[in-house]
Amino acid sequence: MSSPDGTEPPGRPAGPEPKIEDLVDETGPALRFDALAEETDDDGRRTGGTAVATKDDSKKELALGPVGHLGDRLFSGLAHGSGAVVILIVAFVGVFLLALAIPALADNNSNFLFSRVWEPGGAEPRFGIAALFYTTLISSVIAMVIAVPIAIGVALFVTYYAPRRIATPVAHAVDLLAAVPSIVYGLWGALFFAPILLPVINGLSSALGWIPVFDKAPGDNVGVIFTVSVVLAIMILPVVTAISREIFAQTPISHREGALALGATRWEMVRMAVLPYGRSGVVSASMLGLGRALGETVAVMIILTVPNGNDPWDPSIFAGGETFASKIANNAAEFDSPEKTGAFIAAGLVLFVVTFLVNSAARLIVARSAPGAKRPRRNRRAGATEGASA
Amino acid sequence: MTAIVENKPAYDGKALDLTGRSGARAFKNTLATVLIVLAFVIAIIPLVWILWTVISKGYHLLLNAEWWSQSQRGITVRREGGGAYHAIMGTLIMALITAAIAVPIAILGAVYLVEYGKGTKVARAVSFMIDILTGVPSIVAALFIYAVWITVFGFNRVGFAVSLSLVLLMLPVVLRSTEEMLKLVPDELREASYALGVPKWKTILKVVVPTAFGGIITGVMLGLARVMGETAPLLILVGYSKNINLNPFEGFMGALPTMINQDRTELALQPAADRVWAAALTLILLVLALNLLARLVARFSTIKSK
Repeated sequence: MSSPDGTEPPGRPAGPEPKIEDLVDETGPALRFDALAEETDDDGRRTGGTAVATKDDSKKELALGPVGHLGDRLFSGLAHGSGAVVILIVAFVGVFLLALAIPALADNNSNFLFSRVWEPGGAEPRFGIAALFYTTLISSVIAMVIAVPIAIGVALFVTYYAPRRIATPVAHAVDLLAAVPSIVYGLWGALFFAPILLPVINGLSSALGWIPVFDKAPGDNVGVIFTVSVVLAIMILPVVTAISREIFAQTPISHREGALALGATRWEMVRMAVLPYGRSGVVSASMLGLGRALGETVAVMIILTVPNGNDPWDPSIFAGGETFASKIANNAAEFDSPEKTGAFIAAGLVLFVVTFLVNSAARLIVARSAPGAKRPRRNRRAGATEGASA
Repeated sequence: MTAIVENKPAYDGKALDLTGRSGARAFKNTLATVLIVLAFVIAIIPLVWILWTVISKGYHLLLNAEWWSQSQRGITVRREGGGAYHAIMGTLIMALITAAIAVPIAILGAVYLVEYGKGTKVARAVSFMIDILTGVPSIVAALFIYAVWITVFGFNRVGFAVSLSLVLLMLPVVLRSTEEMLKLVPDELREASYALGVPKWKTILKVVVPTAFGGIITGVMLGLARVMGETAPLLILVGYSKNINLNPFEGFMGALPTMINQDRTELALQPAADRVWAAALTLILLVLALNLLARLVARFSTIKSK
């Protein structure tokens, strides 16, 4: 990086702008350049003082181009520094989490990756992430499986089915889902939505109960992984829809009209022109949605019932459990000793790595797919989707 | 169109028969249309349901002036009364501090990506890191700040720590939208400025950024909307206080999400339930207002490109 001091813009004595202005006024060439600019801009209204400055040193003008300018160097330093800050932040997240997790992992008396116990306190801390990993992954994957077809449907509805008059409000309405805070999803999910899922849960478990994953313990517990998955599906719907919508809309008009000209029905046009074109985009959108679901905290924490510590572990999606995020949030009050905190930070680190991998995979898919590799953004509406559609 | 097609001799290839609308094809088309409209209906149901639940259960407390001007000081779960002033102020203060830190870095970072680093390896690395930052779960951001602020430096749990973790969540949103806006500024404007001898930094500050200003504001508001609803960092990095505390560097601080979280276990009690839904509605209104404002700003400040 060009300037380490640029990495902390707020730490400068004065705000960058006035400071730079002052400096520039003292350097001859800068004044002259600005004067020239103003002279031309104002169309001769301010020629008096500036004309003198221009005459003074016309040789220097050639010697010192605007590139070596002090203001330029400062501003470029600030900009480069901000870029460096972004890289440093991500690096620090990894390094700090790792640094605090290692001592706890060293003291751990059970296998961190394959154990299901979680007793990080005491003289003999024992903790493993197997159960957390399983619950996190299965709840998010089910959420993705539910959300993606609906998101594709909504995206197609907005881009190729609904009349324009309806399409724009619909797009905005789905975006509004992203504006609902996750704690509200949690409350609504636990109190109002979960009860109506009970028949679905009972139906699925009685039909497929012979598979352990669909087996259900007796009782009417609706705070189960399946419920969480459905709520997570609703939560990631706007993200997946926004990106799919944007990519479907960019299908070349020649492909679409070509299909229609050959007599294709609207669905055949979509299937032959739009879906193949947008496939990689949809895949990457799904991965981003998956990343969101993996890290969702509060909604999961509110809906999912934490199983009793003495019960045997239940792999069923119709049972309670804890995800990485909900485990950490549930136990925020227990961060009293470094060992305990370290155990939770180790869990957070695993979550960070998993979301990192999922998101990187999503980016890689986008970067690789030839037709959509360098898509220009069409308009600002694309940028106005909660920043999720990067 | 179909008439023309029907006049042609039948095509007997196996690949794709497009010589007429067979019943099966028409049926598939209708089925697809029905499914797609159904998907839309399914997507809209939760939105309407959630909004209806929150509005119908929460609106009546919002009509009291007390709600906007008083805290929950001394009010137990069984008692009615009090307001959300402490929580609203807490949410706003933390969001503003977050914006004050994140926005300058985000705008300068976007300037770097568009104006300085275009195409370089470092710029690609920065861009990749922003993508990663976009995907960082809020609980991980909170844990990171916990590790730095509390474990390493030994400071207390305060509102400022929450702001620091929210910076990680807001930064990529603002940076990306600013970047997109800067890219939309026509090169002619930059070239005209350079041709007049204006140095690069002044071109950026006086020509490029002002042209993209509306879009940058939109990004900032969307970023604010995202961080205001976050609960996880609040749970880990600051305690909930029923009293008004406007100092982000000392003591616990109320915030709307934690106000909801505080009483959610007591929903059987009517006064507590009322407060929970009213706080939820207030939070949604705040976030929605920012979103709508962002859209309005976006609509009235489009960059006119040829």
